[in-house]
Amino acid sequence: MALKPLDNRRDLSIIADLVEPSSRVLDVGCGEGELLEILATKRNVDGRGVELSQEGVNACVTRGLSVIQGDADQDLGDYPKDAFDYVILSKTIQATRNPGAVLRQMRRIGRHVIVSFPNFGHWKIRVQLGLLGRMPETATLSDKWYETPNIHLCTVKDFVALCDELDLEVVQGLMLSGGTVRQASNPGFFDNLLAEEAVFLLKRR
Amino acid sequence: MGTSADISGNQSRNQEEQGLAFEMVTFQSDQPLRLDSGEDLYPVVQAYNTYGSLNAAKSNAVLVCHALTLDQHAANVHPATGKEGWWQGMIGPGRPIDTDRFFVICPNVVGGCQGTTGPESLNPETGKPYGLNFPVITIADMVRAQVQLIDHLGIEKLFCVAGGSMGGMQTLEWASTYPDRVFSAIPIATAARHSAQNIAFHEVGRQAVQADPEWHDGAYYEHGTRPRKGLAVARMAAHITYMSEGSLFQKFDRNLQDGDEFTYGFGPDFQIESYLRHQGSTFVDRFDANSYLYITRAMDYFDLAAGHGDSLANAFKGTETRFCVVSFTSDWHYPTTYNKQIVHALNAVAANVSFVEIESDKGHDAFLLDEPEMFSTLRGFIDSAAERRGLA
Repeated sequence: MALKPLDNRRDLSIIADLVEPSSRVLDVGCGEGELLEILATKRNVDGRGVELSQEGVNACVTRGLSVIQGDADQDLGDYPKDAFDYVILSKTIQATRNPGAVLRQMRRIGRHVIVSFPNFGHWKIRVQLGLLGRMPETATLSDKWYETPNIHLCTVKDFVALCDELDLEVVQGLMLSGGTVRQASNPGFFDNLLAEEAVFLLKRR
Repeated sequence: MGTSADISGNQSRNQEEQGLAFEMVTFQSDQPLRLDSGEDLYPVVQAYNTYGSLNAAKSNAVLVCHALTLDQHAANVHPATGKEGWWQGMIGPGRPIDTDRFFVICPNVVGGCQGTTGPESLNPETGKPYGLNFPVITIADMVRAQVQLIDHLGIEKLFCVAGGSMGGMQTLEWASTYPDRVFSAIPIATAARHSAQNIAFHEVGRQAVQADPEWHDGAYYEHGTRPRKGLAVARMAAHITYMSEGSLFQKFDRNLQDGDEFTYGFGPDFQIESYLRHQGSTFVDRFDANSYLYITRAMDYFDLAAGHGDSLANAFKGTETRFCVVSFTSDWHYPTTYNKQIVHALNAVAANVSFVEIESDKGHDAFLLDEPEMFSTLRGFIDSAAERRGLA
């Protein structure tokens, strides 16, 4: 499920720029199809979507997008190896039950994998948890701890470590904070501290 | 399949119906129809209606496949019953299947009883109605006949094949067996294989027909009778499967037909009983009992994976057709799980597929009713497919 609020989705245009024109794309957790529509109109992409909520799916199909109702945790196993040039998981990984298994499936069915997520290592989050002793609430993570669908939050460092474990090579890492985007294919301490969100383009090693 | 078709067809009527021009046509191929059973069926007349007009490139044709007891009168007033077309909400000017842009063809299936050759037709060998001498037909046979018709119309590739229930089975059969001839496919409230539960309900219906002494082993035409009671019971049982418990509750609950007391007899005390009896008795006026046997049999035999090493995905391998699968939340006859099996198979071959589940309490029949969300999602799908096909 996509994070709310949906209007805070600057990662989408950044993701769109990572996708080669005219490629085949699967957007896992595509919401109401914002990214797929950008990809179709700006990059001439042959796009498909998987979305958990039926309202989201119906909205996508009404917009002329090819989308099915499905679950990142359960339904990626259906697709054959190398079915897509890119498999995208935008701000969804933290809501999956088994992020490792989802990434493994994405690695199998896509030649490239793009993942965006809110960075739990951001300093504001660390302050709220470390100094104030409260579960963090920020612009990107606005739900109360007892209401959030985000059950597997991670930091930039955590994510890079998981990619390494899964034999996924970081082709590009983009650190988003405020209005700025920094390239960091090998993110360090300060990237992890300053990025509110991160977007990674990955491929099999 | 190059049938050099012999046009015995004639345009029997041309009406304006709510601004929608349609034609009722018949076509007889000069080729026999080779059936799955190994038999050849000849001659085969197909009755079909068309709406809208075929463009010069012949690229705007939509084949609409009807369900078990429906017919070619998809978007016009039925000449026999006077009721409006069964997909009037879907087909027409400005409708999702827009007759201002598309040429819609709706044929009566082989084995049917509305003008296409079926058990009621005269057997050329005996000069009498076929009855049970009519060969058993399958969904693939129905589609093979439609291929002859589409060839005859000079259409190489259909822009879309669409249908609900048994119409969805034909749609799947088309997309699987003639993938190069189907640009887009809309199987609705259907299944790629008939389940034991579906077969069970059909068998109840068939047994009811056959238990009627007026059935005469299918030769009732010669006895000047019809197995009215048996067919009515078959229809009543089937009709229950087309609705949902919720819609029955809403429409009837335990309401009594007359007054508020039981009659302490077996008349139609409850409104639901009266409703079902009415459904049964009106059905027998418009449907041939043997057709009911044959067509339910065709559905029971349907298992698309069986011909593909028991893998449904193999049935769609390499397909470039764009699919939109539709199911309804309260449909327990062809539930979402059956439709999702189709979606899973299509995903397994990385096909271009959309899938919507429409929230409805109307049960299986929802695909025939005014379901705004079905219309809007299908409009989106069809418009986007039309754009890709250069028909926008």
